[in-house]
Amino acid sequence: MFGYYIKLALKSVKRNPILSLLMVTAIALGIGACMTTITVNYLMSADPIPHKSQQLFHIQVDSWDPNNAYSDDADSLPNQLTWTDATNFTLAKKALRQSAMGMSGGIIEPAGDDAKPFEASIRLAYTDFFPMFDVPFIYGTAWDSQSDTDREQVVVLSKRTNESVFGGENSVGKTIVIDGRNFQIVGVIDDWQPMPKFYDVNNGGFNETEQLFMPFSLKEELELPNWGNNNCWKSPDGEGYKAFLQSECINTQMWVELPNDLAKAEYMDYLNNYVMEQKKLGRFPRPLNNRLSNVMEWMASQEVVEEDAKMMMWLSFMFLLVCLLNTIGLLLAKFTGKSSEIGLRLAVGASKADLFKQHLLETALIGVMGGIAGILLALVGLQGIKSLYGDFVDDLASLDLSMILVALSIALLSSILAGLYPTWRACNIAPASQLKSQ
Amino acid sequence: MSNIQTNTSVNWEIGPIFRAMLRNKVGAILIALQIAITMTIIVNSVYIIVERSKEMQRDSGIDNKNSFSLTSVGFAENFNAAVTVEEDLNTLRNLPGIVDAIQINAIPNSGSGWSMGLKTQSGVEHDAVGTAVYMVDEHGINALDVEIIAGENFAPTDIGLREVGQVKWPNKTILTKAMAENLFPEIPYSSVVGKTVYINDIDPMIVIGIIDKLQAPWVGWNNLENVMLSPERMDYKGSRYFIRTEPSQRDSVMKQVEELLANSNKGRLIQGMRSIEETRERSYRGHTAMIKILTTVMVILTIVTALGIVGLASFSVNQRKKQIGTRRALGASQSAIVRYFMLENFLISTIGVVFGAALTIALNILLVNTFGLDRIDWFYIPIGMVVLWLVGQGAVFGPAKKAANIPPALATRTV
Repeated sequence: MFGYYIKLALKSVKRNPILSLLMVTAIALGIGACMTTITVNYLMSADPIPHKSQQLFHIQVDSWDPNNAYSDDADSLPNQLTWTDATNFTLAKKALRQSAMGMSGGIIEPAGDDAKPFEASIRLAYTDFFPMFDVPFIYGTAWDSQSDTDREQVVVLSKRTNESVFGGENSVGKTIVIDGRNFQIVGVIDDWQPMPKFYDVNNGGFNETEQLFMPFSLKEELELPNWGNNNCWKSPDGEGYKAFLQSECINTQMWVELPNDLAKAEYMDYLNNYVMEQKKLGRFPRPLNNRLSNVMEWMASQEVVEEDAKMMMWLSFMFLLVCLLNTIGLLLAKFTGKSSEIGLRLAVGASKADLFKQHLLETALIGVMGGIAGILLALVGLQGIKSLYGDFVDDLASLDLSMILVALSIALLSSILAGLYPTWRACNIAPASQLKSQ
Repeated sequence: MSNIQTNTSVNWEIGPIFRAMLRNKVGAILIALQIAITMTIIVNSVYIIVERSKEMQRDSGIDNKNSFSLTSVGFAENFNAAVTVEEDLNTLRNLPGIVDAIQINAIPNSGSGWSMGLKTQSGVEHDAVGTAVYMVDEHGINALDVEIIAGENFAPTDIGLREVGQVKWPNKTILTKAMAENLFPEIPYSSVVGKTVYINDIDPMIVIGIIDKLQAPWVGWNNLENVMLSPERMDYKGSRYFIRTEPSQRDSVMKQVEELLANSNKGRLIQGMRSIEETRERSYRGHTAMIKILTTVMVILTIVTALGIVGLASFSVNQRKKQIGTRRALGASQSAIVRYFMLENFLISTIGVVFGAALTIALNILLVNTFGLDRIDWFYIPIGMVVLWLVGQGAVFGPAKKAANIPPALATRTV
């Protein structure tokens, strides 16, 4: 019976080709628009490290100005830490894993006369950074904690840096010249691009992973330049780089791994005690206010999803609604045109349920065709987004299998919903009147 | 003047049209709803587009067309930043085609820069006014193409050399008119010259000049025109240059400068060579993209709605073929038939646009509350209503015309 209905549906679709095309196009456009915006929003709000996002916490402490909160909201906290506090927290080792981190950059001079020097971004971190965030390695490993303490000039390369400087071969043990200094390579990581780049959203939530990684302690040792955001409520006490590092300026991020609620509670106690101690030294002039946010909480509080993307998604849902209203109207017209046929079928003994099933199948068929065309349109739409916004959205504009399934289900569901009323009306006619009028 | 009489003789047939519509309520409601939502999306989109374009067209203060910037980063061990900057600027300023060149800490409209707070009274307890800082030498005014409208420019002897991590500030500054007015709202900007402002809560700087207009690096900032100039060069390994060229010579000068600087000193890297037009294009990319996307959405939506109206109207014409034939046989003119369908659509559209006006305002309120957009100007709504009316009338005209061509003889045939 199902096969027969499909045949009937196809026949009916073919009988009014223009009307059917209009309906399929309308659904396709609506689905295409929605899928494009849903995909962008879905990828922007994705969990970048799903298996651990509940155990990783970003630290905030209120070290800000006694006269003004960090932002307009009186309860707001600075979004970064001072170098001093982040270093102290890391060295205290009160969590399972912990790392202060920041951004820097330098010029790499590849060996060989014809190789051109180039500028590279550097992530400064402690050794825990790698196991904490499950960073995959191709060659070697992270540096050990002794290197952090001894401020050794060691470096981990990104896969791309290793390719451009060493042609992709195992470079562990070799040296690389960065800003005129020799660094020993201890590891090369595989492709690793968390989306969003959760560990440092204030320097661009969707930016590329840094090209080099080196011990955070080298920042002080080598006076590495401070890339990325730096914010001060008070100028440093004294001139020079050391004074800048030890100032109340915030420029450092800090993450800890806390496996359970107990560990989290204990860490919170530690933070509160730390701040109380510092208050005795005259720092932390504001009321005690510390916060641990897990990955998704942190993404939400930093509003990683672009407002334009959200606005676009709302508009695309309204767009889909218009397309569906359109389809309902057209279906209504189409089924009304079939009333004499339906009347005849009812008169010769077809049950209303049979007719209902048959016509619903017909709308579902239109929905599926619209959905498939919609997926193609979404691919076009995502290409359009890429070309409009440039490189940084490359990873935000790709359709995966789950998105395709979502697209098809929305298309199917919405077309069936759109078809319910017209079908119900078409099947509820008095067969006699239809037959008579002919 | 005399044919007022003829107007009244046309029977608009509103009564029958309305009664016929009531027999097919759902069809009419569907079209009215479509028109309402389409109007809501279109009017709000147009409003967003207009607002974004206005933002992009604000005057940056600099010569967008004829300026460019680049970065020079030293890496060699013997690299001497201060000497390199001095040499570079000498070379650049003497190059034909270049109006002026400066070292600067940040590029206007580029998205990254330096901000400070200025106070009119010394002390931590007073409120500061946030401002972008551009560190420039005495060529800054000329290179940035800004005009001193009160006071004077920096003298060469005012220019200091800023070290990495330096906290101290020079004792002179030039402010934009907007910054002067934000700091001293009670007095005319020209009287701000000679006043002392405080940076780092307590360090005094004397305002020696006021410039007309200059934008900060951050195009999304509310106080985009709050800018101060500080008379400094920077002893930094990485330094930015801002260069203004003679009209229409920018592109050739850019190529020349890149080669010249790269060859003059092998211990540094020249990078990020970019025209101000490109810098601005990057900063406003989100706006440009939004404008293009919304325009596309509007066009497609209008077509979808119009096609929907065409489809339903054609269908209803087909269904009423016999009745139309009968009316024609009874003496109705072709124009009466066209008028019937046009009027029917007009009535439905009217319900649609009235509902649409309410929905438009509702969506705008939602956007204002959720995304901090501005409230929509009232005149967008009547314009939107008229446009949707026209779309409806345009869409229904084809089917109506077809209806008018139905021959009266059809009434005598059974289909």
